[in-house]
Amino acid sequence: MSLQLNSVGLKYGADVIIDDVSLTFDRGTMNVLLGPTLAGKTTLMRLMAGLDRPTTGEITVDGKSVVGVPVRKRSVAMVYQQFVNYPSLTAFENIASPLRVAGLGKSEIDSRVSEASRVLRLDPYLQRLPAQLSGGQQQRTAIARALVKRADLVLLDEPLANLDYKLREELREELPRLFAATGTILVYATTEPAEALLLGGTTATLWQGRVTQIGPTPAVYRRPANIFAARVFSDPPLNEMTVTRTGGEATLPDGRRVGADHLLPGLPDGRYQIGFRVEHARLAAPSGNASAFQGKVAVTEISGSESFVHVDLGFATWVSLVLGVHDWEPGLLAEISIDPGRVFVFDEAGALVRAPDNLAARAMSEMV
Amino acid sequence: MANVTLDHVAHAYPGAPGAAPTYALKPIDHMWRNGRAYALLGPSGCGKTTLLNIISGLVIPSEGRLLFDDRDVTRLSTEKRNIAQVFQFPVIYDTMTVAENLAFPLKNRGMDRASIERRVGEIADLLDLRPVLKRRARGLTADAKQKISLGRGLVRADVSAVLFDEPLTVIDPALKWELRSKLKAVHQALDMLMIYVTHDQVEALTFADEVVVMKDGEVLQIGTPADLFERPAHSFVGYFIGSPGMNFLPASLAGGRAVVGEAAFDLGAQYDAPAAGKRVELGFRPDYATLLPAGGLPVRVLRIEDLGRRRLARLGMGAHEVVATLPPDVDLAPGDAGGLHVPREHLHVFVDDLRIEGRSA
Amino acid sequence: MMDKPWSNRAWFFVIPVLVVVLFSSLLPMMTVVNYSVQDTMGQNHFFWNGAAWFQNLLDPTTDIGGRFASALVRNLIFSFVVLMIELPLGIAVAICIPRHGWKVGATLVLIALPLLIPWTVVGTIWEIFARQDIGLLGAALNGIGVHYNDTQDPTSAWATIVMMDVWHWTGMIALLSYAGLKAIPDAFYQAARIDGASRWSVFRNIELPKLQKVLVIAVLLRFMESFMIYTEPSVVTGGGPGEATSFLSLDLVKIALGQVDLGNAAAMSIVYYLITLTICWIFFTIMTQLDQRKGA
Repeated sequence: MSLQLNSVGLKYGADVIIDDVSLTFDRGTMNVLLGPTLAGKTTLMRLMAGLDRPTTGEITVDGKSVVGVPVRKRSVAMVYQQFVNYPSLTAFENIASPLRVAGLGKSEIDSRVSEASRVLRLDPYLQRLPAQLSGGQQQRTAIARALVKRADLVLLDEPLANLDYKLREELREELPRLFAATGTILVYATTEPAEALLLGGTTATLWQGRVTQIGPTPAVYRRPANIFAARVFSDPPLNEMTVTRTGGEATLPDGRRVGADHLLPGLPDGRYQIGFRVEHARLAAPSGNASAFQGKVAVTEISGSESFVHVDLGFATWVSLVLGVHDWEPGLLAEISIDPGRVFVFDEAGALVRAPDNLAARAMSEMV
Repeated sequence: MANVTLDHVAHAYPGAPGAAPTYALKPIDHMWRNGRAYALLGPSGCGKTTLLNIISGLVIPSEGRLLFDDRDVTRLSTEKRNIAQVFQFPVIYDTMTVAENLAFPLKNRGMDRASIERRVGEIADLLDLRPVLKRRARGLTADAKQKISLGRGLVRADVSAVLFDEPLTVIDPALKWELRSKLKAVHQALDMLMIYVTHDQVEALTFADEVVVMKDGEVLQIGTPADLFERPAHSFVGYFIGSPGMNFLPASLAGGRAVVGEAAFDLGAQYDAPAAGKRVELGFRPDYATLLPAGGLPVRVLRIEDLGRRRLARLGMGAHEVVATLPPDVDLAPGDAGGLHVPREHLHVFVDDLRIEGRSA
Repeated sequence: MMDKPWSNRAWFFVIPVLVVVLFSSLLPMMTVVNYSVQDTMGQNHFFWNGAAWFQNLLDPTTDIGGRFASALVRNLIFSFVVLMIELPLGIAVAICIPRHGWKVGATLVLIALPLLIPWTVVGTIWEIFARQDIGLLGAALNGIGVHYNDTQDPTSAWATIVMMDVWHWTGMIALLSYAGLKAIPDAFYQAARIDGASRWSVFRNIELPKLQKVLVIAVLLRFMESFMIYTEPSVVTGGGPGEATSFLSLDLVKIALGQVDLGNAAAMSIVYYLITLTICWIFFTIMTQLDQRKGA
């Protein structure tokens, strides 16, 4: 089966929610929709499921339009961010519910439910009601229900967002493998770049209802086609600055002028947006390094394995990654230096004009 | 402004007659020092909220005493304890302006107007609330509202402690760092004891000078963020802090070596063989373990996870699975053989879940 | 937003309701409109009368106009008085209802009890309760020397009807308010205690603002109900003594069924209906506006 969205748009009154989206999903593929809250991920999924009708464009399955076909008649399963289960049914009955609707025999239902509950480690809890389950168990029940249905299209809408991070860590590793075996079209919406990278497959980055880039997940990460895709695919946020090139000089946002060929080698005059990720912002104590940016530490966020130091530079706040646990106290003076070979250069409209060569090379090899 | 002392504090719900009581919080002895920031960290049901409620006065512990400096407050009501609290959801007074909200705790205690105004101004500056002081509180965004709640908690300079109950739950993820930086700034600027409850490690490690890791009603370790990462006292701390968590392998000790199946790790220190029946595990962090094409201990590559800024390798080591870091310049694919390298100083030995120190050889 | 599957078929389910509304409300109402613009010489012979009935009705110098104006004033005073008593009383009762334990159920049932009694029975209970010879209230008041006679004395009659309404309906406001109070998270009360707020301050700054939405509903319901009051005064006082408790609905029935003055009755029905509608609309607009202005 292949699901296609052709120039799909959705408007509520004057508000454009989805703007001219074209996507193709093939059987047995993992597809990630990556975008911030309100980018249109959920709306897009509702359109695919048939819960809403697009105002423009067409949605086809194997070439035939399915616009207007009610959800009931489609082979779709969906898992939401909130834990949605029938409160009066046991975990077993919750998982079995789509099979009962389909009118399957008892032995078939039993075997499918027990298989799903085994892989999701729900065996000990099958006779409990949702209210007696922890959040993680409730969501695993909802996932099992989507799994047993063996639908052609499985939509997972930020399924791990409401779980504790340890559970999230474990489930995000298991989920794609679980569904890969079923040969379904899997669509997974998330706000987190790390989750998208772990899931692999194909990623479409979404920004304000538009698809800003589609491609193999690691390739999109390493070579974002525009600044919008780069922003969506960076967590902590992409560090950015606007630089103007005039002749041989480039004017930095703090007013300094530097040799343009250092930052913008071989590019014509004009305004450019420079973006780079936290691992390429090198943090040090102030050393008077002329090409570095001076600022004050705003906060250090420590995730355990990594520390993210937010530095207020006046024109922007940049984040730098330091490995391990290092607490840079707020108010400390610090400097950030960037390696011009590691930055993305975008034009004023946001299109990529230069990517780091070594990274681009790897992205190309991954695309093949 | 006070030190808060937990003197053998515990809380148990009466069990069935004759049966042992079930502890929501097992006995703890600890002193929280004025001017420092602490985080209570653990999964849901670990007892951290019970402990917070004991300090705030919502729960009276079934055992032990709670002291604010030398004053026994175990049985004192919340309002007599002189504490401030910031809740999970923004608690604001809808009908008041932002300034009135901030002034409310001071007004109720009869402070004069000039002092109130001065103090409200200070707190508003600290939290960037100055531009909205005259606005009605109810029309503001969730993060602005939470800043108001925060401000009301901090406005009284004389409180014994400020308690935070998962205050960033409702904040948009993209705005969290900003509130975290406000919290840090507040902690630096004000000389107050702050206690912060959360299930999120980033929150705890970012905010606190010292983190109290709890599980099943028990305090497993109290330490600085670096302590918890580098020297976890309990295997759960090793697992819970850091993503991914620590690797654990069942091992047996033989002199200065830990034997895991066919492989042996050189510990660089002497350990006494523990008593029979004790469970011995070797622990090391994926962040300090590297996979190289050769050398070290032989492993099989199961999967490579590309996380963008780093790559992790899931490795088969005998019957066990471990996670290690794959350096940028190394290219290995699933099915390949490789060598696992872990520096000695990053190997930890746990006996029945507790970390033990070796004697340097 | 759009949480329901999109489908045209939903309209089929609405059709039966539309049919029922057509026969139960719209058609009878049209006959009333019909009567209000026609006059009759008897024998079912009607002719066009234009707006004459309405002119009469709205002119206080005519007989019917005077009756209508005074009954309208009576209605407004009555609604105002019962709202002023029931609203604070209901909220006060709600605050006193326990929040936890077995007492909750018992208290709620007790408070809801008057709501379950049919209007006519309420009237009868109070008719007997108020009697000077055997009624507990009437006899007791007179026994301690208070002049009380609800069939002779307008003040007594008014007091009885107001008391009866308060007894009958305060429970509803209490129940609505209780539901509103229960919805306030505990954190608000804890925060207020920590902030050192007084009980009054908690009420003024937390409970009352959070109850606002519920109270808009309560006021609307109570206003509509009290403005249309009929059964109870009809049973207890029959509109007397004199015209003292002759509310609009009582008067309407007298004109329509007593005097068979269909034109006047129809015009009065329509004006009565429009007044109720207008006042409710004004109430609603003011209260929602208030809500929005505060939000801004």
